[in-house]
Amino acid sequence: KSSVQTIGEEQIQNPYTELLVLKGHQDIVRFLVQIDDFRFASAGDDGIIFLWNAQTGEKLHELHGHTHKITAIAPFSSSDVAEEKTNLIITASADRTVIVWDCTSGRQVQKVSCFQSTVKCLTVLQRLNVWLSGGSDLCVWNQKLDLLCKTSHLTDAGISALVELPKNCVAAAVGKELIIFRLSASNNGYEGWNILEVKRLVEHQDNISSLVSVNDLTFVTGSHIGELIVWDSLDWTKQASECNFWDSSVHPDVQPEIKLSQSPHETSVQHLTSDEECVFAAVGKGIYVYNLQMKRVIACQRTAHDSSVLHIEKLPNRQLISCSEDGSVRIWELREKQQLPAEPVPTGFFNMWGFGRTNKQANQAAKKMQENTPVYFLELVGDLIGHSSAVQMFLYFGELGLATCSADHLIILWKDGERESSLRSLTLFKKLAQNGDLQLKL
Amino acid sequence: MISAPDVVAFTREEELEDDLYREPPLPEEYSVPLFPFSGQGANPWAKVAGSKFTRDFILISEFSEQVGPQPLLTIPDDAKVSGTFDLNYFSLRIMSVDYQASFVGHPPGSAYPKLNFVEDSKVVLGDSKEGAFAYVHHLTLYDLEARGFVRPFCMAYISADEHKIMQQFQELSTEFSKASECLKTGNRKAFANELEKKLKDLDYTRTVLHNETEQQKKANDKGYYTTQAIEKANELASVEKSIIEHQDLLRQIRSYPYRKLKDSEFHPYEPECAQDRADMGSHDQDPTASEPGETHLYTHVPSYTPKLIKAKSAKCFDKKLKTLEELCDVYFFTQTLDQLHHIERTFRGDVCYLLTEQISRALLKQQSVTNFLFEDVSFLDEKPPEKQYRGCQGLGQDAMDEKCLEESLAPKVVISLGSYKSSVECVPIKMEQEMEDSEEPKMSESVMSEHQENLDYLDADIKGSISSGESIEVLGTEKSGSGLTKSESQASLPAMASPQAGRSKVGSRRTVSEDSIEVLSTCPSEALIPEDFKASYPSAINEEPYVDDDQGGLRFTPRASPGVHDGQDDISKQESLVQVDAACCIGKESPNFLEPLAEQLGQKACEEDGVVRIPPQPYRGPAEQGLRGGFPSHQGLSGGLLPYELDSRHLTGSREVSKSSLDECSDSTSHISSAASTCSDRTPSPAQPACAQPGDRHRKRAGQNALRFIRQYPFAHPAIYSLLSGRTLVVLGEDEAMVKRLVTALSIFVPSSGGYTKPVKHWVTSALHLVDFQKWKLIGLQRAVSPGGVNVLHALSRYSRYLSILDADSKTLRCPLYKGSVVARLADHRTQIKRGSTYYMHVQSILTQLCSKAFLFTFCHHLHLPISEREPEESVVNRRMNFLKLQLGLANEDIKIVQYLAELLKLHYIQEPGQGGNPLLRFDYVPSFLYKI
Repeated sequence: KSSVQTIGEEQIQNPYTELLVLKGHQDIVRFLVQIDDFRFASAGDDGIIFLWNAQTGEKLHELHGHTHKITAIAPFSSSDVAEEKTNLIITASADRTVIVWDCTSGRQVQKVSCFQSTVKCLTVLQRLNVWLSGGSDLCVWNQKLDLLCKTSHLTDAGISALVELPKNCVAAAVGKELIIFRLSASNNGYEGWNILEVKRLVEHQDNISSLVSVNDLTFVTGSHIGELIVWDSLDWTKQASECNFWDSSVHPDVQPEIKLSQSPHETSVQHLTSDEECVFAAVGKGIYVYNLQMKRVIACQRTAHDSSVLHIEKLPNRQLISCSEDGSVRIWELREKQQLPAEPVPTGFFNMWGFGRTNKQANQAAKKMQENTPVYFLELVGDLIGHSSAVQMFLYFGELGLATCSADHLIILWKDGERESSLRSLTLFKKLAQNGDLQLKL
Repeated sequence: MISAPDVVAFTREEELEDDLYREPPLPEEYSVPLFPFSGQGANPWAKVAGSKFTRDFILISEFSEQVGPQPLLTIPDDAKVSGTFDLNYFSLRIMSVDYQASFVGHPPGSAYPKLNFVEDSKVVLGDSKEGAFAYVHHLTLYDLEARGFVRPFCMAYISADEHKIMQQFQELSTEFSKASECLKTGNRKAFANELEKKLKDLDYTRTVLHNETEQQKKANDKGYYTTQAIEKANELASVEKSIIEHQDLLRQIRSYPYRKLKDSEFHPYEPECAQDRADMGSHDQDPTASEPGETHLYTHVPSYTPKLIKAKSAKCFDKKLKTLEELCDVYFFTQTLDQLHHIERTFRGDVCYLLTEQISRALLKQQSVTNFLFEDVSFLDEKPPEKQYRGCQGLGQDAMDEKCLEESLAPKVVISLGSYKSSVECVPIKMEQEMEDSEEPKMSESVMSEHQENLDYLDADIKGSISSGESIEVLGTEKSGSGLTKSESQASLPAMASPQAGRSKVGSRRTVSEDSIEVLSTCPSEALIPEDFKASYPSAINEEPYVDDDQGGLRFTPRASPGVHDGQDDISKQESLVQVDAACCIGKESPNFLEPLAEQLGQKACEEDGVVRIPPQPYRGPAEQGLRGGFPSHQGLSGGLLPYELDSRHLTGSREVSKSSLDECSDSTSHISSAASTCSDRTPSPAQPACAQPGDRHRKRAGQNALRFIRQYPFAHPAIYSLLSGRTLVVLGEDEAMVKRLVTALSIFVPSSGGYTKPVKHWVTSALHLVDFQKWKLIGLQRAVSPGGVNVLHALSRYSRYLSILDADSKTLRCPLYKGSVVARLADHRTQIKRGSTYYMHVQSILTQLCSKAFLFTFCHHLHLPISEREPEESVVNRRMNFLKLQLGLANEDIKIVQYLAELLKLHYIQEPGQGGNPLLRFDYVPSFLYKI
């Protein structure tokens, strides 16, 4: 019997009672990126980029240009003083090209194909009006796709993740290393930039799999063997770390067979997201909520899904959405449990007590703290079953709903049925008035 | 006053009531006027026995100037159809009542022969002895070689059922007019072509003669002309005159008022028609300019070498007359034949069926917002609009006018009590005439010509005929709604036209005579005015009192035909809908809005009795009784089903051969019915246009299967609820036939989301996916033991929240709970309905009720949107739920059904025409339960 928490067919809190299947892709859909309030783009292994209307599910554009799978996608709103704001997206592909597309016209704006290797990540520095591509080296481009500067060849494996840091710095995850680069205006000439390697951080024992900036002061990295390190964005020092996600021995409620079945893959930090207070980590099959202030995991769901959690997102309303290789999307709510300090730890796998500490002191301190701090747990409030294969990513559109993309080539738009129904009524009466059908027709 | 029992039937109904029953009279304002002719013994199914042909057919005859009336061809072209029926004799009959004033030749005071473009005449006549009744459409074709340039033809639709002809008069007239127009268009082209050739001949002859005369002049300088020369000169003069005449004829034939083409829809050959029109526009000033069609002909003309024409081209009787095909150009001839075949197919079958079909079609057309849900709307597009329904629209014309003021959003067809009123309005006039002269009703058509359909009925009953040995009655023809005097003068036409008419005719009255031709109404032949054509309705020139004879068919009372009542039922539904609509829009509290409906139904049921009480066939009695017993609240409906039943039995009877595999499941009732249909006096007509056939068969089969399903499975209700609420139902089973049968059965409950096909997939063997649930709402799924089968089952359990699963092998159902009441009415396992098609109709009626509720719910503005800006969403939701519960009287899960239908309506309405629209899947997070037998 699976230890995954299940929710019955009755899901009162699940607002998604309507769905639209968006067909178009011919291979795994890996990326969803929001363009503006109602549009999003999808891309995947078939090399095609689709632009969709998130409200109607209408296919707006089909962008052809890449010959191989898409490896990175980033939205980029160019804001020239003279021109109006135009929405662009930048896509990188395994065919070693990067293309800039205009989202409104659906046309290819520019194409760069001078790369030595596949670009694996793209970051836009809106502040500087430049964008960076990371492959085996790191390149800096301006809006017009002029190469401003580039680093020397870093590694064959290439940069797996990039994140913007304050003071014109970027952090790049290269294998086990985290390299901090700084962009500086060069002395010779207008729009000239230099990129310099500032620091190399080698705290991780394994490849860095995820990298996220929490706020101006901190950023977080996660590695394949489940290490989570919190860094200071300004001086790039380690603030805290957590590395025993996989260590189930400290959790008496977890059955031994699960421990046996655990492999490095299942402890890898697949995805990180954060709000101001917490970092939410998708580790293996589980979800962990790490509080930055308390410097400990305050809630977790060790087996949130049947297989690896691929993407995780925090919603404004204390809810958390996760999607997984098992093809399901689950909605969680972070709840506070009022608990008497003396009361023993309740059984149930969502409560994490005495979570493994590297530092014994910290552990004790944490234990002390526990006694008078609220206890959190993750409650499953709904699941969305639609995809027949791994759900790669999802995009939360607020009221418009939720878009999920999957290895089954589909994108599903999940919508609030009630809201859609009343919207349709509104449209209906508008159309009635338009057609003049409200008048008496004799 | 009148006491003889055989005359009682023909006295006023009111008198009968007063005299025989002495019932205390109701105050005038409460009394429902009785339909005057739903008299005792009126058996709508009685047929004139002894007709010598087996089914309706179309006959084309010609009045040949050589041999007199002769039949040319029949449609269908099958000797079996006409049987022993004497076509020659009947041709004589129908050709002898040609009222076209087709006068061609030199009219007095005119220099040249003049072509009259006469309107076709449309006559209904009957030969009660032969048991044949016919709609006869006379037309005149032009032939240069014929006497007076004209060849009279006629097309006749011959049926053993007089009432069919009378009631379908408008439709027949419309359809035959199309055929006639097609023939005549072809004929005009051919005639023009012929004239061209003739002119060339004449021109050549003139040149030759001219040359000869010149030669003679030169050769002969004596100063005087020889007889020869004079002769030649005369000849030349006559040729020149002939040329002018023929040119004139050509001009006339080409200046045929093409505006006719514009307003009528007769052209079955669109491209040419369009060309003609375009051409007409550009060559308006010059009518003699050749039009494309003729240009095409002229391309062959140059090869034509003019011949010398003898001075006296006397018409000789031994020459071969042109065939119809030659007269009309092959293309147009085949088009006409196609049209006639179409007519034959359209009007096959019992008149009740035709009427019901027409009425329900007309009603359906009006429900344009909701009819896509459960009705098969594809046929609505196929048929040419409007004309088809004229009969029933005309019927309700008055009612419509009355209702229009009251109605708001609702559909507009009203064939309701109002039409009683209208018929009553005109009936007393007739009655009074009868009072004046109780045995000889007069013509009174001017009062009544507006109610053409009623008039047909009245004709049928009040018309008189004495069936003598030579019995042929003209029952009605078309007239061009003109004044009384005109009609009178025209009414005198037949007297002149029929040589053997030995009657005395004084003004508009006729005494009972032994003569054989009774003309009840006629059609004037006037020069063509399109407006006239449009306004033309059959008139009632009732000349003879009805004297009873043994031909019981004449007692038919068309107004009591179930078809009409069926329509009324629908109307009453609509009326109730209207009331609710009004109520809710005004905001008035009307929780018991259903009452008027019930009342009306009850009322209808009473009126219905006249029909239902009279069993059409002895064996039908018990079945009918049972049916009525089973549905006390739907008597009106069951009454309305009769013609359908009748027809479907025809289907089984005549098409037993083509049983498909699915028919295996048809239960014993169908065997009974097929046995019953062997009853011989019925026209064994396959009854249906070929296109409608599959639909009908499908309905019947689906109805039967559904009936079996609800009897066999105690959990039919939740299953049907799943379908109605849009939750996909998967029928899982190993046996393909069984699964398909179940799917067929359940398919009648599946609301369609627009488009022409229902979202039903009969058989799937691979694993289902989410996209399938979006597309299909009812799926038959194979249960396989193979590894693939495991996947199939896995997918089912994975997507179980979107599905209800009916396991046909283990007879279980897994689906949400249903506690509503709508489905219980829809699928009562103790139902007394025995026939599939009856059940189908029952389902349709309940679904229609649901649709109207959904319609109301969808289109009430304040149920979905706040009344004021500041109104919170909750109060709208509350109002919505209150409306559903209190106003629509829905309970529990029934609300979900209406909500789902409303959602479909919304989607259908807001969908842009060009756009396919993304199918969306709506679902609820509700627990499922497992039902077992």
